[in-house]
Amino acid sequence: MKKLMEKLGIENIDELFDDIPEEIRIDGIDIPPGKEEIEVEREIVSILKKNKSFEDMPSFLGGGIKPHYVPPAVRHIVSRSEFYTSYTPYQPEFSQGMLQSMFEYQSVICELTGMDVANISMYDAATALGEAARMSKRVSRKDVFIIPKNISWEKKSVLANYAKNAGIKVEEIPYDREGRADISALEKYGNGEVAGIYLENPNFFGIIEDRIDEINEMKEKTGAMVVMGVDPLLLSIVKPPSEYGADIVIGDGWMGNPMNFGGSRLGIFSCRKEHIRQMPGRIIGATVDKNGKRAFCMTLQTREQHIRRGKATSNICSNEALCAIAFVSYVAIMGRDGLRSVAIKNMENAKYVASKLSSIGFETPFSRNFFNEFVAIPPVDAEALNEKLLKNGIHGAFMLGQHFPELRNGLLYGVTEMHTKETIDRMVEMTREAINDV
Amino acid sequence: MYRMANYDEPLLNEIEERKARDVEIKISDKIRREKLNLPSLSERDVVKHFIHLSQMNYGVDTGIYPLGSCTMKYNPKLLEEVARSDKVEHIHPRQDETTVQGSLEIMHNLEEALCKITGMDAFSLQPIAGAHGEFTGMLIVRAYHESNGEERKEVIVPDSAHGTNPASARMAGFEVVEIPSKDGRVDIDALRSALSKNTAAFMLTNPNTLGIFEKDILEISKEVRKVGALLYYDGANLNAIMGKARPGDMGFDIVHLNLHKTFATPHGGGGPGAGPVGVKAELEKFLPVPRVVKEGETYHFDYSSRHSIGKVSNFYGNFPVLLKAYAYILMKGSDGLKEATERAVLNSNYLMSKVVGKHYTLPFGGSRMHEFVVSAKNLKERGIRALDVAKRLLDYGLHPPTIYFPLIVEEAMMIEPTESESMDALDKYAEIMNIIAEEDAELVRNAPSNAPIGRVDEALAARNPVLKWGDF
Repeated sequence: MKKLMEKLGIENIDELFDDIPEEIRIDGIDIPPGKEEIEVEREIVSILKKNKSFEDMPSFLGGGIKPHYVPPAVRHIVSRSEFYTSYTPYQPEFSQGMLQSMFEYQSVICELTGMDVANISMYDAATALGEAARMSKRVSRKDVFIIPKNISWEKKSVLANYAKNAGIKVEEIPYDREGRADISALEKYGNGEVAGIYLENPNFFGIIEDRIDEINEMKEKTGAMVVMGVDPLLLSIVKPPSEYGADIVIGDGWMGNPMNFGGSRLGIFSCRKEHIRQMPGRIIGATVDKNGKRAFCMTLQTREQHIRRGKATSNICSNEALCAIAFVSYVAIMGRDGLRSVAIKNMENAKYVASKLSSIGFETPFSRNFFNEFVAIPPVDAEALNEKLLKNGIHGAFMLGQHFPELRNGLLYGVTEMHTKETIDRMVEMTREAINDV
Repeated sequence: MYRMANYDEPLLNEIEERKARDVEIKISDKIRREKLNLPSLSERDVVKHFIHLSQMNYGVDTGIYPLGSCTMKYNPKLLEEVARSDKVEHIHPRQDETTVQGSLEIMHNLEEALCKITGMDAFSLQPIAGAHGEFTGMLIVRAYHESNGEERKEVIVPDSAHGTNPASARMAGFEVVEIPSKDGRVDIDALRSALSKNTAAFMLTNPNTLGIFEKDILEISKEVRKVGALLYYDGANLNAIMGKARPGDMGFDIVHLNLHKTFATPHGGGGPGAGPVGVKAELEKFLPVPRVVKEGETYHFDYSSRHSIGKVSNFYGNFPVLLKAYAYILMKGSDGLKEATERAVLNSNYLMSKVVGKHYTLPFGGSRMHEFVVSAKNLKERGIRALDVAKRLLDYGLHPPTIYFPLIVEEAMMIEPTESESMDALDKYAEIMNIIAEEDAELVRNAPSNAPIGRVDEALAARNPVLKWGDF
């Protein structure tokens, strides 16, 4: 610092801060002094020790996020510091690596969803829903956005914040006896009244959507945009949402990204090409360089805040780009057939848990057509059951009662390829014992 | 001599498939997917592919990255290491509170440190990016006025503001009033005449995007307060004032920070970042839920505030980013953060002294802080534009500055070297910028010629969108 100060001809560093008014100047911050690297690492490790991870304590939580395997190759790819220490690729000639990876991500998302275009990510699945509602309104110029009653309360809350200041009215439809969004409830809406309808596949109760004709029919009747929230893994084995009339497909882009306490994941966002000008977020396009060689760059930026300022389709700037690189490298490592076998494994494991629980007195109130989550009602108090399990080192399923009073004693189980037969059997055995104790 | 790797790297779908196998899909015919056009590649080929691509990319670890307003400082490796624990990665957001005490403690401690650094009273870590923090802040502005029975419609921003400011205000339903700058600062008279009982908030970056400290800030805050509006701090440039001044003492009511800028968490090619929002005590009740609270020695999520704006993201924010920022704050500590600021401002002033001259001029008088904006308009008579200089810098293996922003400077080049760069690195950067200004104009206009590819036809990309591999 001294050398630089001499070169600039200043004696006191504070000369550079002269513009700050005297009365608000401070000298330092009221936090402890800096620590050595080794001390910081020790301190953080010792705090984090108070957490119980999936390794410490198998869990059967679902509700949008579930544990999945991240292949080591994916970690190594996203740990390349040329990727993770780069900025948004404003200089394409120096960012071809990131740009091509992002282009591949968009291609993979489009293949899975059947949509024509995908952006490079939203913050998460909930904000993607908020943006989708706003986009439906921009496209349709209508104000009503319809959601099923059974989506997560977090998504409802985020959606409310994105919707209300855009003049969007969010209305709910109930779920039917099978636990599926009750599409017949849409009959009260006339043609042209609704901006968009949100459906999930699988839905919050884990149920796979199979009403292809009914959804297409409903779409025709109402003239509304269909927004579909998906688990990308399921899409490797079922027909893409484009065949269910979807105009916008969103979702939690968990692939290659750990649970991370719910953060540092991405929101999938894809749509049909006729609506691309109304789409939020960054888009990568292929082009050529001046020698005619294939090249990639950010494109259609006139929708974005740094060009359009107040008139942009969204304010999004930073997104979850590195999570998109994790996603596309996960898909590449697993491959088409790898994805499909993981999807099948998820479904089989979930079915195995459900049948085991049925055999010890649980009821499964909804359709048996579920993916990797399902609702089950224990023969004893769900909360007491979970407490028992937790004492024995297993985290029970998500309790639905708080947000779905009609399912007061309901549990939402999440089961994936991470749950071994041994883990499942142990959980079922402990559950059986707990039922006898409670 | 510098040279970035250059592969004719195929797209994933153009690589030979080596791992195809049959998978039986036991699911009803009605919904079963027959065709899935994704390749099944060997791990060896996939890794090679992405390593090649990484070598065709430039990061902070590669070299100087002086993008103005982006604060591309070095990201200490410890930060990556601590976030790689299973106690971070394999934690479900719906776990019982007793099993996530470590995460809650980190969040609580980080909130406290951010309060101390900024002079605010309470923080929410839920917003996921800077612009997301702005949106959250604007929702709080709205909730505040509504709780006073007022419906104020306007948010004022200076013409030097980041594009996200007006975009965020609009997303929260406000009308945006843009006021002109005067000599590179807020024009107090223009502000005064724009302010009214209809003003909900004034959004300001300080130091502003020109790197100039708004020295009339106390008067500005007095004027804003006079009409009952709130003052919003865009924290993009906090790196210029840590340990020197606090937004809370300047009269700001709401701030957002960019942890991926000031607190050294990496940018990841565009994210994930984190944009925590801090407020003064009277606004605390509007912050998103849940709040993290400490009772005795245990931590809880508190959902009880009836006035809360609700949620702005799915769960609690980008936890790994929060953790990295916390590790950075522990490492630096009180003196270290102040020194980072001092060195950042010193580096910027030193580089400015070397860059500004006959080729690159400095618009507006007065001093600069952690960044400065020069105009390359003098080069126009030789047919060279700021864009050309930027592209030519690539040939020397240097990342260019932000260009054409802020909009109020012609042929703007916005340079923020950060505290991470050595004097040698700064000398070299200035030297090359000045060499380029005197190079053959044709050569500069045709740059880059030493990057993996030549100048990209961005107009073609927009005219003829090819947005996935199926579009070729």
